[in-house]
Amino acid sequence: MTRYTSRSAVEGLVTPYQVHRDVYIDPEVFRLEMDHLFANTWVWVGHDSQVPNKGDYYTTQIGDQPVIMVRHSDGEVKVLYNRCPHKGTKIAIDRQGNTGKFFRCPYHAWSFKTDGCLLAIPLKKGYNGTGLDQTESAKGMKAVGAVHTYRGFVFARLAEEGISFEEYFGDSLSSFDNMVDRSPAGRLKVAGQPLRYMHRCNWKMLVENQTDTCHPMVAHESSAGTAVQIWEEMDMPEGTPKPPAMQIIAPFMSPYEFFEEMGIRTWPNGHGHTGVHHSIHSDYSEIPGYFEQMTEAYGEERAKEILGENRHNTVYFPNIMIKGPIQQLRNFIPLGPDKTLVESWIFRLVDAPDELVARTAMYNRMINAPTSIVGHDDLEMYERAQEGLAADGLEWVNIQRLFEEGENFEEEAVENGTTERQMRNQFHAWVKFMTASMPEALEAAE
Amino acid sequence: MSNLTKDDLIDFLYEEVRMLDESRFDEWLKLWCKDGIYWMPLDYRQEDPIHETSLMYEDQFMLRLRVDRLNGARTFSQKPKSRCHHVIQRPFVDEMDHEAGRYVTKTQMHYVETRMDEQFMLACTAQHHLVLEDGALRIERKRVDLLNCDAPFGNIQLLP
Ligand code: FES
Ligand SMILES: [Fe+2]
Repeated sequence: MTRYTSRSAVEGLVTPYQVHRDVYIDPEVFRLEMDHLFANTWVWVGHDSQVPNKGDYYTTQIGDQPVIMVRHSDGEVKVLYNRCPHKGTKIAIDRQGNTGKFFRCPYHAWSFKTDGCLLAIPLKKGYNGTGLDQTESAKGMKAVGAVHTYRGFVFARLAEEGISFEEYFGDSLSSFDNMVDRSPAGRLKVAGQPLRYMHRCNWKMLVENQTDTCHPMVAHESSAGTAVQIWEEMDMPEGTPKPPAMQIIAPFMSPYEFFEEMGIRTWPNGHGHTGVHHSIHSDYSEIPGYFEQMTEAYGEERAKEILGENRHNTVYFPNIMIKGPIQQLRNFIPLGPDKTLVESWIFRLVDAPDELVARTAMYNRMINAPTSIVGHDDLEMYERAQEGLAADGLEWVNIQRLFEEGENFEEEAVENGTTERQMRNQFHAWVKFMTASMPEALEAAE
Repeated sequence: MSNLTKDDLIDFLYEEVRMLDESRFDEWLKLWCKDGIYWMPLDYRQEDPIHETSLMYEDQFMLRLRVDRLNGARTFSQKPKSRCHHVIQRPFVDEMDHEAGRYVTKTQMHYVETRMDEQFMLACTAQHHLVLEDGALRIERKRVDLLNCDAPFGNIQLLP
């Protein structure tokens, strides 16, 4: 299994408008993604409102690495590998909790401060003169390479060295800004538990689909088209308020022109978003009192500017998507080349009316639940693609829509909303961060 | 003042799941009140269906959409179709208010769904709020708690 352990072999998987099927199905490529891509990039860990108090922790993973996000005694959020430095036992296995002033391993009771430093070992004299203090184990639980919290959102880079948070995300952070600015207090709070939806497909299919604007009217005709049809058959008098499903699901049936005109913006390092000019979230009904609260907090002009931005999906490479106008974040957690856990989180806008988080919760369950009639058709497509890629007749996947010769992904660009440029942008970044820590050629690795 | 017996309520609940198992969805929709709600919480012992995510919290428009979609020509995730199977325990009748014509029941069940080569099972508890409307029982609210509501699922396409 060393076909791809070199820069040039990995580079060969991506051309300007095609990608080799091995990026979706090959176990070796998946292993390399975990070792390189998910180590070199900034990956979302959680939201600081999940750990409001000292000692609060939340367990998750970065790529396939088990980690704990914890509020340390100095108030900072730390991210530690979830592994005892003694014999490897996971320190916490519940999804969230409070550990007090320190973690205590349940196996032999080594204990650690909430920044990971070793605090105590029972019967410590047994290590006198053994040289334990010279080992990695004596340092305690290991912290990840770097952590950065941006407006409440906690990101980590596993690698000790690498690109800075600011350079990695650059201007793409404007989507996070817009989502958080929609709170009159400028703060979000996690609302409830995330949906957890298992997908038997590669994680990148999900990420690509976030800016795939040519699939809604096709794959979702059965839900969005049927909704429109039922509403028309009901033949309600003019002005009858539409049922929530009409507001949330029906816009998926918008015609191609709608999606073409909404625009796609790409930023360097694989980030990008749909809905530059308008989006399927533009026509949601107004919530009484909300605009007044926003005006009070920001002034009328700024409030209008914030609420006038209706970005649809913003992809933060490698594996999350946020929807600013409805305060949702989806995390595409890779579990294997053909297995992805999708967690869909929602947030409350602090100090905004309850109706907003109600609409957000409604969107989440109507579109992204394992019980969602919209989600069903998406998953069906991914799983069919995963199975279809086994066919040996064709080896390449096409992402050529509105391709132009010599595309430069180091520059921000705004294009026709049906371009697959954002997918090409992601694969450009994929090669960059896969190979950043790889030897030039196979020989060099040996 | 109704003279419904416990058995009448229990028969109603058995008949409901039979309709689902036999894909008689249009008939099933007629069992509901006009403003009836089907709730499937996401969290264990969830109390708030509105301001937190649920797996389902559906009004009659959504349920009809769900049912109509199953028969659509381009409903790709239902080509081929799923099938389901309920095994229910004798329901508990927790409240009988003959005066108001309101009843609350709780039913333990194993729900099995299959499509192509895959099959899965969910252990569920269904709570029904039933009301008498023009002499007929109707579902005002159905809450279905999954024993493993916090686990990741693949597609759940039919109805427990
Ligand atoms: S494994 Fe943790 S203390 Fe021994
Ligand atoms: Fe979709």
